Amino acid sequence: MLSVRDLYLSFGGIKALQGVSFDAAPGQITAIIGPNGAGKTSLFNAVSGFYRPERGQVIFDGEDIGALRPDRRAALGIARTFQNIALFRGMSVLDNIKLGAHTRLDAGVFDALLYFGRARAEELALRREIEERVIDFLELDLIRKAPVSALPYGLQKRVELGRALAMRPRLLLLDEPVAGMNREETADMARFILDVQEEFDTTILLVEHDMHLVMDICAHVVVLNFGQQIAAGPPEAVRRDAGVIEAYLGAAA
Amino acid sequence: MITGNLKASYAADERVLDNRWKQGFVLACAAGIAALAGFGNDYVILIACQMGIMLIAVTGVNVVIGYTGLMSLGHAAFVAIGAYAVVIFHNAAAGTIPAPLLTLLALPFAVTVAALIGIVVGLPSLRVKGLYLAVATLSANFIVIFLIEQDAFARWTGGMNGINTPTANLLGWDLDSRREQFLLIAALGFVSLLAAQNLFRTRVGRAFIAIRDRDYSAEILGISLYRYKLMSFAISAAYCGLAGALYAYFYARILPEQFGLDLSLMLVAAIIVGGMGRTMGAVFGVIVIVMVPEVIKVIFGGIAGGGAELAQIRAPVQSIAFGALIVLFLLFEPFGLTQIADRALRALNRWPFARG
Repeated sequence: MLSVRDLYLSFGGIKALQGVSFDAAPGQITAIIGPNGAGKTSLFNAVSGFYRPERGQVIFDGEDIGALRPDRRAALGIARTFQNIALFRGMSVLDNIKLGAHTRLDAGVFDALLYFGRARAEELALRREIEERVIDFLELDLIRKAPVSALPYGLQKRVELGRALAMRPRLLLLDEPVAGMNREETADMARFILDVQEEFDTTILLVEHDMHLVMDICAHVVVLNFGQQIAAGPPEAVRRDAGVIEAYLGAAA
Repeated sequence: MITGNLKASYAADERVLDNRWKQGFVLACAAGIAALAGFGNDYVILIACQMGIMLIAVTGVNVVIGYTGLMSLGHAAFVAIGAYAVVIFHNAAAGTIPAPLLTLLALPFAVTVAALIGIVVGLPSLRVKGLYLAVATLSANFIVIFLIEQDAFARWTGGMNGINTPTANLLGWDLDSRREQFLLIAALGFVSLLAAQNLFRTRVGRAFIAIRDRDYSAEILGISLYRYKLMSFAISAAYCGLAGALYAYFYARILPEQFGLDLSLMLVAAIIVGGMGRTMGAVFGVIVIVMVPEVIKVIFGGIAGGGAELAQIRAPVQSIAFGALIVLFLLFEPFGLTQIADRALRALNRWPFARG
């Protein structure tokens, strides 16, 4: 589904990524972990198109997408959420989620100004789909008209996931989906992520610091440290890897 | 007390006037406008026409500043382009196109020219934001006025001295009185508002708001910043072009200096006072902005009976009043009069159980 091949990225003297390579298997959850500053978010930005890597390839569905702008990559079916929630604060929950479907709709500017006819039919079909496929699924029905700025943190994270789902993504990038959440909220979010994987057969790539979550729900784990890939494999193997233990805890005395 | 506002279909929930109060409000406004056209005296009609023309322009400014979050201090340029496009079109086509069709063709011509120039003026928005964009659009305003004033173009534009404007003629109906023009302005004003409202319940308008609220996040959802920023400029310029066209038909003569920085600031002031990013914001803002000079006139008349010296300081006092309005609203009510209206409606909704 997604293959990252030998990615190099640096900002001045800081080497954010140095030869990162991995595959995200279709329909599986792959986690990217590592200490702070390891290059996890840089990797996400390289995959979603905000950063241009100096070397290496990002291959999605057999096609090298390294030269595409972020909005073109979104149109191919790559959705993401952000570590610091990036919802549109002036809009309602419903409008935020509708925006996720932007690339799938095709009302032009004149349809939009006229509304009646094409744009109306499209909007009503979208509303039905979002209500049934996203809002019910993520249990957002009580807050659909609420402005997102008025919602608690955990719910905002869930709305952001909903917006990504409205894109009908084939690849979903989740940047720290449970950061700052209490145990209950984390359990809820983990359930939603697993539901998404099961129900929509989406390939999921996630960055997360919560090791319980990573070990519990991921099929494959990639470990970065200072931009280098130090381990990759199933969670049990990574957990016992000497290099990983050293990166997280320091070398044994 | 407003009780349950329940809906049984998604279509009902997606309507603009989704409850009886809103429907009643719009019907009352329509009735008021009809009564005005029938019974208003000349002064009232004049003010109403000014409001109608301003409303269309401010709705345009609202698209780019309020909804897309791109600061512009140059929208008077598009009003000028619309006005001059109508005059030039009439003068150039007078012999070849039959008179009853002229206005019907001149209006879309003016709107199209304004939209195209709007795209050009919007180009800096791809690189710069905020204050820098305001300066770039401001300079566009000066350039347009400068070009209109040039002797080289005076053959078409009349240069510094301005130019006489034609009378609107809709399929043989000469709109030579203000009352008749009011009908045209009111109809186009209503259509403009409706179109703006429609825009913001479809993907195009949502994309504008997304760019305003968080541009990188908009891009990740597949919204091309490049396309939508230019589209926003084109739409808002088209609105201002339409306002300019009506302006040209309404007044007997237009002068380049009428479309300078003063007008641009007035448009921005209107949307700040009314409420940025809300359709009704333009309506509320225009009512205030058009009434301010009239109120000042009345006050000055009351003080000195309209003495000559006092009349001289009336213009600066007007500018000061606009400035004060902008500052006070930004300080105390940054979301404008719509916010106050919302609060009042909410209180009404909850009464008698809670206030505010």
